[in-house]
Amino acid sequence: MSSLTMRPCGDFRTSYKQDNTIFETRTIRNFAIIAIALLCAAPYLVDAYYLTLFIQISYLGIAALGLNILVGYTGQISLGHGAFFGFGAFASAWMNVSFGIPVVFCIPLAGFLTMGVGMVFGLPASRIKGLYLAIATLAAQFILEDFFARADWFSGGSAGSSADPISLFGFAFDTDESFFYVALFALVFMYIWGCNLMRSREGRAFIAVRDHYLSAEIMGIKLNKYRLLSFGVSSFYAGIGGALYAHYLGYVSAEGFTLFMSIQFLAMIIIGGLGSVKGTLMGVVFMVFLPEVLESGVGLMKMTEWGNIPMVVDGLAYIKEMAIGLVIILFLIFEPEGMAHRWAQIKNYWKFYPFSY
Amino acid sequence: MTSSILNIEQISLAFGGVKALTDVSFSVKKGSVFSIIGPNGAGKTSMLNCISGRYQPNSGSITFDGKNVTNLRPNDRADLGMGRTFQNLALFGHMSVLDNIMVGRHHLLKNNWLTGPLYWASGAQKEELEHRRKVEEVIDFLEISHIRKSIAGTLSYGLRKRVELARAMALNPKLILLDEPMAGMNLEEKEDMARYILDLNEEFGITVVMIEHDMGVVMDISHEVMVLDFGKKLICGLPEEVMADPYVKRAYLGLEESEEVSAEQQTTLEEVS
Repeated sequence: MSSLTMRPCGDFRTSYKQDNTIFETRTIRNFAIIAIALLCAAPYLVDAYYLTLFIQISYLGIAALGLNILVGYTGQISLGHGAFFGFGAFASAWMNVSFGIPVVFCIPLAGFLTMGVGMVFGLPASRIKGLYLAIATLAAQFILEDFFARADWFSGGSAGSSADPISLFGFAFDTDESFFYVALFALVFMYIWGCNLMRSREGRAFIAVRDHYLSAEIMGIKLNKYRLLSFGVSSFYAGIGGALYAHYLGYVSAEGFTLFMSIQFLAMIIIGGLGSVKGTLMGVVFMVFLPEVLESGVGLMKMTEWGNIPMVVDGLAYIKEMAIGLVIILFLIFEPEGMAHRWAQIKNYWKFYPFSY
Repeated sequence: MTSSILNIEQISLAFGGVKALTDVSFSVKKGSVFSIIGPNGAGKTSMLNCISGRYQPNSGSITFDGKNVTNLRPNDRADLGMGRTFQNLALFGHMSVLDNIMVGRHHLLKNNWLTGPLYWASGAQKEELEHRRKVEEVIDFLEISHIRKSIAGTLSYGLRKRVELARAMALNPKLILLDEPMAGMNLEEKEDMARYILDLNEEFGITVVMIEHDMGVVMDISHEVMVLDFGKKLICGLPEEVMADPYVKRAYLGLEESEEVSAEQQTTLEEVS
């Protein structure tokens, strides 16, 4: 994982173990631990509203990491990620309600179930690539959406289905404050899972398939297996994210998991940085906070004398939507490699200051 | 008498009307350096692609280490111990050199998508580190330790060739196929590469099949040389024998005008007789 060739003075590595850490330096690791510790205290410090935002970041972030493993690391494409997310949500609620499986087990089981479904829809990937594959995965989106609307036994049809909150040893995580810890744990767990995946055998195989599939095959990598597996792992993540979403809201309806959601996931990972675990999280944070920031911007505008012009006030909602689009376009033009790349550049700038390299 | 590790029998390969290979047969002795030479378009790379599994020959059979591998997928051949490098660099450009070489250990590693992420608990870490040690041996051997953390796509041509060789060596191969390992290198790099090929052959006992255009190198380091032309085997034998062949002499070594004429006459004479 660590790719920095420049390391701070005094940070020597004397064993292969030290050379193969998730975080590039000890300082970064310590910062991450401090950040997580601070987050643990967050429910006592910040407004519940921010907790909901964080929970949103958590379940979207988990699903987006899955998509990044598929798109960024393995070089496939999927336009059905939103549907897989939805499938995980319904599957978890369904297993809980129909079979009485405790929610704690339902969430990973939903992940595995979604993995199976994702692999079925990923089958074309062993044959087709690029735009053609995008269209083939679009089929997954529409078939699953239709399935949610019609399969009453599974999703409750148009009425939707209700999902119980997560409970562990009799304690129900049904408030924002308590669910926050579930979300934090899931996020950290799944991101460590992702980091470890990428620094072990399968992760390298994924990147090898992306970078040069012919020589990957010569190196003993089964192409079809890994193309399919990347669909599986990505759907697994989507399923876990979806299940968390379901048990957080307590209610799942079929309307939410549209193509728009799939595109949003793609936008997150492109903005954050394809092929970067850390970038995925950045992209998700960006996409979750952007509407909030623009919202408050709109609020500020209303307070100024612009707020007296009726046309502006009426149009503010649209301006917000357009601004989101504009920001994404600007990002793609000026930082096509994503926020992770920009972050690395900023870091290098400070590290080498006042020299440019 | 050493036994042969690779047996090619009557291989034919055609792309539509173009016959890339016609009834080529040869065998490579275990532990030898075997070179394939021939003009451009002679079918050398097609031959290598048949051996490594990129192409399925239309007829004929390939036996590797006592196993018929004619219809095996390339990745299964890697499991059996066949490594190769490519003529046009085929590294994983966005990976570090180290990871590139670690990919070579793929078929020897056992952790999967469930045990790999449970890094510390499942023993994946231990396994990774063990194989890292093996990879470092290869890195030391090929003297690329200074670039092990560099991104493969940013390296110079000569170094990339060397990393490719390292990746193939990391497979623990019994047979290594090299497609023009010295193309586009300067003299110094060529000498280094020749040394590595000899060393890996002698120290590790890896059989080498290579395609190379530099006749000096080919004649110096190979135990056996085969000449292909228009998809047919012209001659196969010791370097001296091949060198003595008038056709090869004319095509590769370049003769004086007068000699060339006489060489031509000699060939016609041979054909007549």
